[in-house]
Amino acid sequence: MWKRFRSNMGAMIGVVLLIAVIVIALIAPLLFPDGPWQMVQRPFLAPFAVDGLPLGTDTLGRNVAAQLAYGAQVSLLVGLVSTLVALLIGVPLGALAGFYGGYADEGAMRFTEFFQTIPNFALAIVLVAIFEPTLFSITLAIAIVSWPPVARLVRAEVMSVRTREFVDAARLAGLSKPRILIQQVLPNTVSPIIVMASLMVATAILLESSLSFLGLGDPNAMSWGYMIGAARTVIRTSWWLSFFPGIAIVITVLALNLIGEGLNDAFNPHLSRKGKA
Amino acid sequence: MKYLKLKATTFLIAASLASPLAAQEAGGRLDIVVQPEPPGLMLGLVQNGPTQLVAGDIYESLLRYDGDLNPMPSLAKSWEISEDGLTYTFKLNEGVKWHDGEDFTAEDVVFSADVFLRETHARLRASLAYVESITAPDPMTVVFKLKEPFGPFINAFENGTMPIVPKHIYEGTDFANNPANANPIGTGPFKFKEWVKGSHIHLVKNEDYYVDGLPYLDEVYYRVIPDAAARAVAFETGEVDVLPGGSVENWDIPRLAEMDGVCVTEKGWEFLAPLAWMWLNNREGPTANEKFRQAVMYAMDREFMRDVVWNGYGKVATGPIASSTNFYSDDVTIYDHNPEKAKELLAEMGYDGEPVSILPLPYGETWQRWAEAVRQNLSEVGINVDIDSADVAGWNEKTSQWDYDMAFTYLYQYGDPALGVSRNYTADRIKKGSPWNNVEGYENPSLDEKWAAAATMVTPEEREAAYLEIQKEIVDDVPVAWMQELTFPTIYRCNVNDLVTTAIGINDGPRNAWIEK
Repeated sequence: MWKRFRSNMGAMIGVVLLIAVIVIALIAPLLFPDGPWQMVQRPFLAPFAVDGLPLGTDTLGRNVAAQLAYGAQVSLLVGLVSTLVALLIGVPLGALAGFYGGYADEGAMRFTEFFQTIPNFALAIVLVAIFEPTLFSITLAIAIVSWPPVARLVRAEVMSVRTREFVDAARLAGLSKPRILIQQVLPNTVSPIIVMASLMVATAILLESSLSFLGLGDPNAMSWGYMIGAARTVIRTSWWLSFFPGIAIVITVLALNLIGEGLNDAFNPHLSRKGKA
Repeated sequence: MKYLKLKATTFLIAASLASPLAAQEAGGRLDIVVQPEPPGLMLGLVQNGPTQLVAGDIYESLLRYDGDLNPMPSLAKSWEISEDGLTYTFKLNEGVKWHDGEDFTAEDVVFSADVFLRETHARLRASLAYVESITAPDPMTVVFKLKEPFGPFINAFENGTMPIVPKHIYEGTDFANNPANANPIGTGPFKFKEWVKGSHIHLVKNEDYYVDGLPYLDEVYYRVIPDAAARAVAFETGEVDVLPGGSVENWDIPRLAEMDGVCVTEKGWEFLAPLAWMWLNNREGPTANEKFRQAVMYAMDREFMRDVVWNGYGKVATGPIASSTNFYSDDVTIYDHNPEKAKELLAEMGYDGEPVSILPLPYGETWQRWAEAVRQNLSEVGINVDIDSADVAGWNEKTSQWDYDMAFTYLYQYGDPALGVSRNYTADRIKKGSPWNNVEGYENPSLDEKWAAAATMVTPEEREAAYLEIQKEIVDDVPVAWMQELTFPTIYRCNVNDLVTTAIGINDGPRNAWIEK
């Protein structure tokens, strides 16, 4: 499987890009020990106008490069943690619904639909506005709006797996239902979940950026969305202030999507071949 | 080089055109942005910014004020204050007519001040508490008798403070629900013509205006454009001629100002004199310590903030009174940017790193950036700072319930410390539930007495001395962190002349404005 993934050019590019972003996020405090808020030079310096400020300065004279690096931390953190939380909600709910069926299924699915009928972004805005915007509340809000698709996917997978013969065999062998679900069924649904999760991280990063763009970001955390939101009013005079964070978001989201695609192809070789034909 | 020459000739032409010999030209139409759309135009009932902007052309008061807050004639052609400071006598202009053709008399003034505004205008009511009687000995004379001297009273005759309303329309009616409110009748240079909600308000020249030749303009349109970027574009494309202060983002001002034939002025805010500061919670936390508050002042590079956050518009504040307000003095402790001194003060008080929060004013980008700059400055001297966030309702709630460490705000001064300054520092104005009073919880009984005394002194010289003493003392205490005097530059086409000539700027600007063709 790894071999199939490795042979996928796009996926490998994605991995390289993502590793680059992760490394930058990790070494940000080493590269820019003064933090992203330090006012280092005159405001509105264009890229390369002054030595040591390759990406210029923002409206307050802060180093755009430092902001980008610290922004990577926030974007990755929010993306990963919120996806993890969404999985923690979605996977058990979908698994129970799919495996037990009947009332459990009905209940869980109506509950899921209740969330699915509300537009994601609108709900996230409302949640963040109700709690005060902090990294914690933003992560939680993103998790809350992104778990329903996970629940539906897991439910469908579980439903198809539970009718397979090895499950019948396990039942005949006298395994309890919860054990069958956890030991036999769930491990066989992991691959689509992984694919979905990698794409969810990308969506979460976009959601966080959109929230920050609208001024609903954590005011104490430098994020890419915040940078673009703050630069929006000066876009006609200082293009670089919105351009670089925009590029950063594009690269990261693209990397995650490429990886997701690659994983999908690697897990489902038949599907992928069909697609190419 | 060629370009330079070209510029030089244009300058010459411009200079010759602007020479005092050029006669005022009558006619033309002025398009002014009004933001947001006013809730109503009856100035006696509503006094928020947009209403004052539009209705300032329809209604008038007894006086106008120049940039140094000296009174000028308006409905009153002359006035006299008695030696003891208790009697104010106004002689009214003759031949003034209401827009519906009725004659304007002293009775209208008595009705407006004593009956109508006493009921509807909270800010004027506070000043009227000093008034014993308002009488009209003859149709062209009005006399205000005071119970005790009240120096700032001469500033109460501004249009937004005491607009004169027609007695013959309002007497004996339910003021707030009078149908005439939708069709305001004043004495001003322009008459109300039409209001298309969401689009524009159309005023036309008052042909019977009592000042010969005025107004020059034929009509004024106040245009409602809800988005800041769209307002900037409307100005660029020539759709509007005037952007009143605050109608575009600060960052857009330099770009618009650089356009050909565009002028910018910071004048016209002398009467309101908005002063911005941070409430520092004097009750609890590190901000309760005077040394900490002084350290905050020394830690901030307020010049930098003015230059960068406000694009150079405004003036760093030296104390509680704005420099355009009467009795201002800069003979006080000056807090320059001195991080070393701030660190010393923090060490002296034994600051233990307890975090403090800053609550920015939720009025957009500029205020957010401002809070970020302050946080950065404070963290440079070792103060741990978090930025809180709140919408307008949340900001009101947190400040009025005293649930903050440091919170940005700005308030108007109305020309006199007794009208717009002392309310934020005296102990009797500590009251939970309002964000406009002594929110910081500063208590200084000896200063309270001085504030009270200074308000009722008879001569300006006495008041000057009293306020100097107050300023010296209060600046050392740092009850709040004074940031800067805000100016909201007015952007307009240079061929519009005499637009901003008074202390309230555009609010009564179209009266004298004329367009050079």
